[in-house]
Amino acid sequence: MNALGRHRKLTAIWASEPGFKGWFSTVNHTDLGRMFLATAFFFFFIGGLLAMLIRAQLATPHSAFAGPDIYNQIFTMHGTIMMFLFAIPTFEGLAVYLLPKMLGTRDLAFPRLTAYGFWCYAFGGSMMLVSMVFGIAPDGGWFMYPPLSGAIHSPGINTDFWLIGITFVEISAIAAAVEITVSILKYRAPGMSLDKMPIFAWYALITALMILTGFPPLILGSILLEVERAFGFPFFQAELGGDSLLWQHLFWLFGHPEVYIIFLPAAGVISTVLPVMCRTPLLGYGWIVAAALALAFLSFGLWVHHMFTTGIPHMGLAFFSAASTLVAVPTGMQIFAWIGTMWKGRPELHLPMLHLLGFFFTFVIGGLTGVMVAVVPFDWQAHDTAFITAHLHYVLFGGFVFPIFAGIYYWMPHFTGRKRFFYLGEFAFALVFIGFHVTFLAMHWVGLLGQRRRISTYAPEDGWTAINLISSVGSFVLAIGIAMILIDVFLHALTASRGRRNPWRAGTLEWAMITPAPAYNFASLPHVTDRNPLTIEPDLAVQLAKGEGYLGTPRNTWRETLTVEVASGKPDMHVIYPANTRLPILMSAVTGIFFLSLLLKFYWTVPVAVVGVAILAWKWVWSIGRQDDMDTVPVGQDIHLPNFAMTDRPPGWWGSVFLLTANATLFGSLLFGFAFLWTVAPGWPPPDWFPPSVSALALGIIGAGLGPIAMRYATQKNRNGGTPLASLALTLAGAVLVAVACAAMMVHTPAPTRHAYAATLFVLGSYGLFHAALGILMVCFLIARVRCGFTSSARRAEFPIVRLWIDYLSVVSVLILVVAHLPGLMG
Amino acid sequence: MLSTVDPAGPAAQTIATLWWVMLAGASLIFALVMVLLVLAFRRKNAGDDAGRVRAWIVGLGLVFPMTVLAALLAYGLIVGERLLPREGPDIVKVGAEGRLSAWTFTYEDAPSFSTDGTLHIPAGRPVDVAVTTADVIHSFWVPRLAGKLDAIPGRTNILRIEADEAGTYTGVSAEFSGTGYDSFTFYVIAHDAANWDAFLNGDFE
Repeated sequence: MNALGRHRKLTAIWASEPGFKGWFSTVNHTDLGRMFLATAFFFFFIGGLLAMLIRAQLATPHSAFAGPDIYNQIFTMHGTIMMFLFAIPTFEGLAVYLLPKMLGTRDLAFPRLTAYGFWCYAFGGSMMLVSMVFGIAPDGGWFMYPPLSGAIHSPGINTDFWLIGITFVEISAIAAAVEITVSILKYRAPGMSLDKMPIFAWYALITALMILTGFPPLILGSILLEVERAFGFPFFQAELGGDSLLWQHLFWLFGHPEVYIIFLPAAGVISTVLPVMCRTPLLGYGWIVAAALALAFLSFGLWVHHMFTTGIPHMGLAFFSAASTLVAVPTGMQIFAWIGTMWKGRPELHLPMLHLLGFFFTFVIGGLTGVMVAVVPFDWQAHDTAFITAHLHYVLFGGFVFPIFAGIYYWMPHFTGRKRFFYLGEFAFALVFIGFHVTFLAMHWVGLLGQRRRISTYAPEDGWTAINLISSVGSFVLAIGIAMILIDVFLHALTASRGRRNPWRAGTLEWAMITPAPAYNFASLPHVTDRNPLTIEPDLAVQLAKGEGYLGTPRNTWRETLTVEVASGKPDMHVIYPANTRLPILMSAVTGIFFLSLLLKFYWTVPVAVVGVAILAWKWVWSIGRQDDMDTVPVGQDIHLPNFAMTDRPPGWWGSVFLLTANATLFGSLLFGFAFLWTVAPGWPPPDWFPPSVSALALGIIGAGLGPIAMRYATQKNRNGGTPLASLALTLAGAVLVAVACAAMMVHTPAPTRHAYAATLFVLGSYGLFHAALGILMVCFLIARVRCGFTSSARRAEFPIVRLWIDYLSVVSVLILVVAHLPGLMG
Repeated sequence: MLSTVDPAGPAAQTIATLWWVMLAGASLIFALVMVLLVLAFRRKNAGDDAGRVRAWIVGLGLVFPMTVLAALLAYGLIVGERLLPREGPDIVKVGAEGRLSAWTFTYEDAPSFSTDGTLHIPAGRPVDVAVTTADVIHSFWVPRLAGKLDAIPGRTNILRIEADEAGTYTGVSAEFSGTGYDSFTFYVIAHDAANWDAFLNGDFE
């Protein structure tokens, strides 16, 4: 087979349906990456328009442009859109598009999950837009502090749009994070050990792990606040044992890592693009990875610096102040490593490099003002003033938008296979750079002059008029610059002439293919021996197209790839991906019905949607796997690999591990919340305590013990060629016992609307019950699979996955039951 | 009127000084980084990577910020400790309760009455304000006198303020509280000793 024949055959296997219909059924990461990016930039445009409205409103004193009720919606939506609907999805889109190409494989770990995540994002984002069109958008600030956001002070549906819409969108963040983590750890070209990974993959891995541990506290907070609003559970009401500070802790436990979740991918872009622009390898690869890891760890220890004015004892603040300033150290290490790289090489002033210089100038200022506000006494003055607005825009625009523009211009030839011929981009950069600093530099000063954030107007005698007018003028220059960049990108895609392959002479694998990228990425997979494979082998693309790598011969209609051992990069599994399907969009639509029912309080459709999701999930998982054993598969270079259905650690197991990581973080946050309320909230002790019961506790613990033991026995039985059905039935019985114990706990909990104690216990019980139901469903699924011949002693991959969930159920259910029963039994 | 850089009391003065010191330091660091960035574009001779890692990443990236930050942190901590409300003679105690959208002030030395929208204090004496709220979260902030402190439901937070001289100072609520937030302001009137006694006796207009 020659290269062209191989290309045609692989394209037939991997291509999406032609035309726009293909968007709804594609599971291809190249398509979905583009769709993520296009949607994210659409939201960037909307968020930018809102920013213009804010600046129009503040340009002059006593402005009558928008009243406070509309203005509050505008700034709330500006922040919300930029954070949740632009920044995070842009990272997801870039990672989804680039990672398999950089890692030398053909797709991400779970192609259908990519699509599901995208549609959840698109639908959830649309919900937010609809609320804006009807003038019922969230208006409590993007931080949604109760009691202001509670049912008493915000009775309208506005706040519900935020809580429910954002939670819906966050499904896509969690899905993408699981996807990215597993893909980076397992789906790489043979030979690519962890220390040979492109630096962007390290950043994406760290960011994805941060999403898995950073987003759950916010998801939990949103659930609790929505339950408070809808059903009156007083989690955040001080007079009923709740505490509004609990929300602030949960929100910032997410909100601060979020800043680094946004910055780190951009830093990954810088670490990738800057060395290419300087014609030299990156200085201190290992140091940079260590710095990014340190940044990730530290960022979880400084959320309280958003709460310096809440009256927390000063010594407590001192700890968080230290952590907040310390985070500047790994950031500084990266900055100086980049400048050192520039000193080492010969920087060339291409357009991406201009944006990187814009990054340095802007982000360093943002970092320095960040250190200032980390100093507690100064924050007492600066907090909630325009100084913070200016600071955060320096950090986010400098630390995200400039690097992303650099990345867009850098990878634009890859997206389109064309080159720019026009200097529009350089001119646009100048406008953006000047416009940004004119808008935000003087804003620091007006903050020190006492201008608060989020005010809709001010008086001439406040003395802020000149600065605000300058800001507004600057913001329009900035907007014109950004519009020009969007036009430039658009023109580029439509008109420019075809460019050559690898125009920047980069070393990473994404350039070892024709552009625009084919659906299958690589006709055969490379063997990687260096961090910059194209630098040592400039002809790699041709060799791969000729089928000289792994999996160079298309088989059947299989979308094939292989996985590697995490650390060494040694091949270990053969993978067949699912093909195009409308299941993801259907499932996210049904998920959307679930959220919409909650929003509109059509509670009778909620269970319908839940059952719908369960049925679709069943169908989803059922469609993979085989009913016959399969020999090891030759993948080329004399290597034979087992198919993933015949292993103990299939991709689904890896996915479950990281999904459960996020889940455990959510559960941990819930326990933290319970302990926080118990020890810190005013309004305790509660009027009634939970009536403990030795028998209910014992029942649950027996069930929790039975499940994992029986599941292990089932796994072993299957492995030895016996029938595991009896043991699976016992596992099922264990899960049912746990469900009964959790249900009994919910029934016996005192009225949850009367005190936060009972409300939290009720939520804990429902968490246990939900996971017991999930465990029951999974064991039933496995029983059905066994009965239909999808398992054998060789085809054993589904057992470890179910075992993982059953183990998790046991751990959380014992904790839940002990937390409920033990205090009463002991006291 | 609301300027933090035009302080009229010891707390605001201390923080303003802190700001100017930090601004000077930050400007120097920024200038250093920019100079290094520009110098990257000149011609240069070869060096070895190990030396570069030592100079750039360990030296400039690790040791340099650690040193600067440790100093700053110590300074900030000392300043913060000094601004805390500590026991002492001569302290005046007042209460400030926020509610959408006004403040009500009470006086330990004159329990019989309260004032709305204007807090009266004696000049030249430390005043501890017990900040509370009747509804949502607010924040008590008189920029020319001191930093801000939140009013959290179910809690009482104590803020130390002091005005050097008699006069009227503007305050605002600095935590977003919905549609009335723009105009959620109040005044602090600092009296000389004679007027303060008159106020406590109820004969001040």
